[in-house]
Amino acid sequence: MSLWKIAWRSLRQRGLSSTLTGVSMALGVALVVAVLVISGVVNESFTRNAQGYDLIVGAKGGKLQLVLNTVYHLSTPIENIPYHYYKEFTEGKFASSVGVAIPYCLGDNYEGYRVVGTLPAMFDEFEYMQGRKYEFAEGGNFRAEAFFEAVIGSLVARKTGLKVGDRFRPTHGVVGDEGHKHDAFTVVGILEPTGTPNDRALFVNMEGFYLLDGHAKEPPAPAANAHTHSDEAPAQDSHHDEHADQYAAQGDSHSAEKGAHDDAAHHQASDAHEPIEHEEEHADHEHTGHADHVHEHVKPLPEEQKEVTAILVRTASPLAMMSLPRQINKDSIAQAVAPQREIANLFESIVGNIQWLLFALAVLIVVVAGIGIMVGIYNSMSERRREIAVMRALGAGRSTVMTVVLLESILLSLAGGVAGVLLGHGLIATLGPLIVAQTGVSIGFLQFEMNELALIPGLVVLATLAGFLPSLAAYRTDVAKALSASP
Amino acid sequence: MLLLKDVKKSFVEPDGGRLPILNIDHFHLAAGEQMVLVGKSGCGKTTLLHVIAGISRPDSGMVSVNGQNIARLSEPDRDRFRAQHIGYVFQTFNLLAGFSALENVLLGMSFVAGRSDPARARALLERVGMGHRLSHKPAMLSVGEQQRVAVARALANRPKLLLADEPTANVDSFHQQQIVDLVRETCREENVSLVLVTHEPSVAEQFERVERLEDLNQALASA
Repeated sequence: MSLWKIAWRSLRQRGLSSTLTGVSMALGVALVVAVLVISGVVNESFTRNAQGYDLIVGAKGGKLQLVLNTVYHLSTPIENIPYHYYKEFTEGKFASSVGVAIPYCLGDNYEGYRVVGTLPAMFDEFEYMQGRKYEFAEGGNFRAEAFFEAVIGSLVARKTGLKVGDRFRPTHGVVGDEGHKHDAFTVVGILEPTGTPNDRALFVNMEGFYLLDGHAKEPPAPAANAHTHSDEAPAQDSHHDEHADQYAAQGDSHSAEKGAHDDAAHHQASDAHEPIEHEEEHADHEHTGHADHVHEHVKPLPEEQKEVTAILVRTASPLAMMSLPRQINKDSIAQAVAPQREIANLFESIVGNIQWLLFALAVLIVVVAGIGIMVGIYNSMSERRREIAVMRALGAGRSTVMTVVLLESILLSLAGGVAGVLLGHGLIATLGPLIVAQTGVSIGFLQFEMNELALIPGLVVLATLAGFLPSLAAYRTDVAKALSASP
Repeated sequence: MLLLKDVKKSFVEPDGGRLPILNIDHFHLAAGEQMVLVGKSGCGKTTLLHVIAGISRPDSGMVSVNGQNIARLSEPDRDRFRAQHIGYVFQTFNLLAGFSALENVLLGMSFVAGRSDPARARALLERVGMGHRLSHKPAMLSVGEQQRVAVARALANRPKLLLADEPTANVDSFHQQQIVDLVRETCREENVSLVLVTHEPSVAEQFERVERLEDLNQALASA
């Protein structure tokens, strides 16, 4: 009979005590597993969030703030940078170093979800994860020429109930719905879940975004009557809102959209001192739905009145990645931030510390469970003294009985550990749908972290330490005295 | 087979003094011989068995078992020697509660490398009339049955010497006789020397050789 079997039999002899001790170990290990797996998920969801571009260019200020409000749709945007500076990346002094440059315009929300004004290229050019392009669950990308089309993230679609063809009116401000309501955009596409913060955002055509009330930069002076027009704008806005509501109520969304856009176009055109060119040729409109509704009659805002909040830049080469930030940062206009580095810093400084704290707590629970094993076995030693003496009398050496007790501790830890791993993964599988909903990272029972491999040797070390004191008691058992004692 | 010469053993008293327990000039047992050791309670019978088994080391003297002076061996060597050459039957049987009858016998084989022999363990249990209760735990066995398993366990490693410490103390007269017969017969069959400690005259009178510890132990005389 092997010493393992002797140890196992001994554990079974104290079934209830062994089970309770094993359960406490299992709970501790389950927590460690849960923390490890969830940490992996958090890590993955953090690191996957800035794929496809190397730099974020934005107004000078906090680097982290720029990353947070561009990548994570958190915090408030710093300031805007002029549109002509963005043009430097597409056709100006930086163009040779740039592969792709996508502008980001922030400042509005819809039911608390950020509204981002950008270009359709955002979804054509960038990947949301290495090798994973954006895909649409429904509909498709908005078109450059359709100013009031929008694409929404999967979580936004689920939470707000917006569907392809629905219209929504962003509210001024990056959070809440207290602000002024803008013109309506039409949802033309719903993104597949990406597991990135973009699931929680609405992406609208940048040109439409500019045409919203309050988004146009003051036109360059001198223009005395420009002020007059600007002063008139609120009245026009209320007029437009009434129109939009009225048309929407009538169920003629096309007309409502048209009316709203005409109004916006009037407004912007007035600001820009340009006549509106109404192209009322409805033959040009494809009435198969709003996704196909092209507003050719709306003119874009003049460039001098445009601003962008940030520019997502994919550099043309590794060399450009080195030189471009230096060139940008030399200017007083903007700063260039490498998002991956900032995310790594953020992860290390905040999230990483929290994870370590959670991990330390979970490990502490395992250690407490290990102490439980020690106490359990040690307490049993007084009643097992005779049993140990009998084994010694049958020829077992001191080291043999010591080994048997250590093996008991190891078996108990490993049994608890295996149960804990299963329990932890079961917990993860149970929480899976919630995690997918919150992070977009798919997670299942078999989600495995390499760190879990350290659990087994870790538990053996812990069990050896926990079993040492009781095994020492076994080692020191006075055989003659124990055999002579009354049973 | 067994030879004790000038064996002395004492215990340390709480006041630091030493209390002599054993002082045996000469004691001898031939191979295959069976004897009974009798004596009053507290006269050192169990201590003598512990010294012979190598569980306790004498303060001085020679304890030779099968030609090996175990008094000179280190504790691990004595443990090994005991496992290979000496069987021990306890007064209270001392079967391990978590192990079946068969496993208790196999346990006796576990501490000698290469001795694990389930076939022999089964055969021994068959021999002591326990073949039908191999998988029963001690709690499911009667007192007599437990003692039978204990005898089988003591003989598992084919010892040269069997020490039985009052094996009939806790059983009725019917089982007493059964156990004595069993121990004597199996020792005879296996050619094992037997030292059986008892305070039962009815048991002692069945043996050709009966030694009174009071006669052997000078420590008692001086006390």
